[in-house]
Amino acid sequence: MTTTETTPTPAATSRSRPALTRRPGGWRRALKRDWPLYSLAVAPLIFLAIFRYIPMLGNVIAFRRFQPGGSIFGEEWVGMLYVDMFIHDPAFWHVFANTAIIGGLTLVVCFPLPIILALMLNEVRRTHFKRVVQSISYLPHFLSVVIVVGMVYQLLSLHGTVNQIVEAFGGDPVLFLQRPEWFRFIYVASEAWQTVGWGTILYLAALTAVDDALYEAARIDGANRWQQTWHVTIPGIRPTMVTLLILNIGNFLNVGFEKVLLLYNPMTYETADVISTYLYRVGLVSNNLSYAAAIGLFQAIIGFAMVMTANYISKRLVGTSLW
Amino acid sequence: MAQDAPRRAPVTPKGSRIKDSTAYKVFTVVNTVALLLLCATMLYPFLMLLAQSFSSAAAINAGQVNLLPVDVNLDTYRAVANNGAFWRSYGNTVVYTVIGTAIAMTLTTTYAFVLSKKHLRGRGLLIGIAVFTMFFNGGIVPNYVLISSLGMKNTMWAVILPPALSVFNLLVMKAFFENLPTELEEAAHIDGLTWFGIFFRIVLPLSKAVIATMVLFYSVQYWNDWFGAFLYLTETDLFPVTLFLRNLIAGASTAASEGAAASGGSAADLNANIQSVTMILILIPILCVYPFVQRYFVSGIMLGSVKG
Repeated sequence: MTTTETTPTPAATSRSRPALTRRPGGWRRALKRDWPLYSLAVAPLIFLAIFRYIPMLGNVIAFRRFQPGGSIFGEEWVGMLYVDMFIHDPAFWHVFANTAIIGGLTLVVCFPLPIILALMLNEVRRTHFKRVVQSISYLPHFLSVVIVVGMVYQLLSLHGTVNQIVEAFGGDPVLFLQRPEWFRFIYVASEAWQTVGWGTILYLAALTAVDDALYEAARIDGANRWQQTWHVTIPGIRPTMVTLLILNIGNFLNVGFEKVLLLYNPMTYETADVISTYLYRVGLVSNNLSYAAAIGLFQAIIGFAMVMTANYISKRLVGTSLW
Repeated sequence: MAQDAPRRAPVTPKGSRIKDSTAYKVFTVVNTVALLLLCATMLYPFLMLLAQSFSSAAAINAGQVNLLPVDVNLDTYRAVANNGAFWRSYGNTVVYTVIGTAIAMTLTTTYAFVLSKKHLRGRGLLIGIAVFTMFFNGGIVPNYVLISSLGMKNTMWAVILPPALSVFNLLVMKAFFENLPTELEEAAHIDGLTWFGIFFRIVLPLSKAVIATMVLFYSVQYWNDWFGAFLYLTETDLFPVTLFLRNLIAGASTAASEGAAASGGSAADLNANIQSVTMILILIPILCVYPFVQRYFVSGIMLGSVKG
């Protein structure tokens, strides 16, 4: 279309002048008509290009030799050198296993807990009590991970509350944070503490959408409370459950990097060291940037593939998908 | 809040109710007790910090402080209040939070407005560019290399810029804009307003609630952030207070260790009272706004879930 002037007739004006319906026309016409909109998008697009897409492309240093101070895209191709390196690095497979274990435990514990809590809250009749419980349980979500870890350190210190309980039962105080066998438990427990309340929000929202007529019908059919929960409530929140499960599976390997970094120490590396902390030490502390980038890229691709797979499976099995 | 309305219609028909009423009464009691225990678990760490902050280090290290302070005193608060490094980092956090939130809000509102215009050519692409970054990100190393090569290390921009656009917030805002009545925009067009005029004079004034929500989302995010600073800042004068606290916990801060170098007990034991006061002071702004903002956060996250 080569129209140069778009002076709309009054009739056109009242019907579609603000162009709220898509009109045919090429890019030139779109630019001419909507240039203010496009110009508003310029700053965000520049931001996304620099701070999101350049780092994405920066992953090519996984296949190129990187020179500190040189190009951020590396100097020369080295092919699969760094990939071979981590595939044959036993330390990598050790942290990979740790990541899978911690990620798996977190998923198994932190995914169902909000569902249970939401169902419990759903049975509370007294509105005030329910509201107070909600307010208190959302609170940890707003804390910095540094504060949460600070609390963990205080609770588990030699003279902290937990060791006082241990001593009260006649045990000897334990330096929990220096014991590898305790790390996973501490990590998952603190994660559950911080996420369980906030995680109920979407379920509670889904529960409000369950039609009361379904409960009515279930009661007429003689269903007791438990049967109502099982046959009406749970099916009502199933789409939410599936969506959150997909997202959780996608984040499976992104085990709370920041929290592990704050909680672990050389004495607990054996169980605590995960992929991201390992690549952080290898890359940024020991300066093997290309090697660490190869591991990071591997992790990102696995994460991406897992979301896609989970999404595909759920679309096939239950008809719910993220998009 | 919407979910506070009673979920199930009151059970008035008697016949079906009597059958399980005893079991249900037992359940109600168990449920209430369980929820009370949950609240206690959620609140205990806060109360313990508060008690420790008013107690002497000796009492804490003797394992006497749990819910109630022992040897009540304000010495620790005085010590922290006189610590220049603490206040400098606290001030840095305020600065990062204010500037970061302002930049993030500018990027988020403008882009969300553009994305909310369904007729716009290339809209799908513009949305895709943003959404893809939710599922695939550059990773720590390339980001570190980028920030270094931009010369942002040891500047506040390394802390402020990288997190300045959250795609989740963007989508929430876009959904809100899409739900604004289109008649207003049509009328404004007829009156000769450009898209700029519509954005600044019609859309923004109508969006105060969602803007307040987003400001809070971003402020809390910047207030709590420590990792960007940990990666990119080495000058202590630039540290945010979260990183100050992290170094205190790691026992690396010389400012706080009361003369004694780490010997025997862990670092947590050495300055438990100082750590507690620092944590309380970081928490206070969040606790002060929390009762007011919780509602907005909940409505914000639900808005986002409607149209992800």
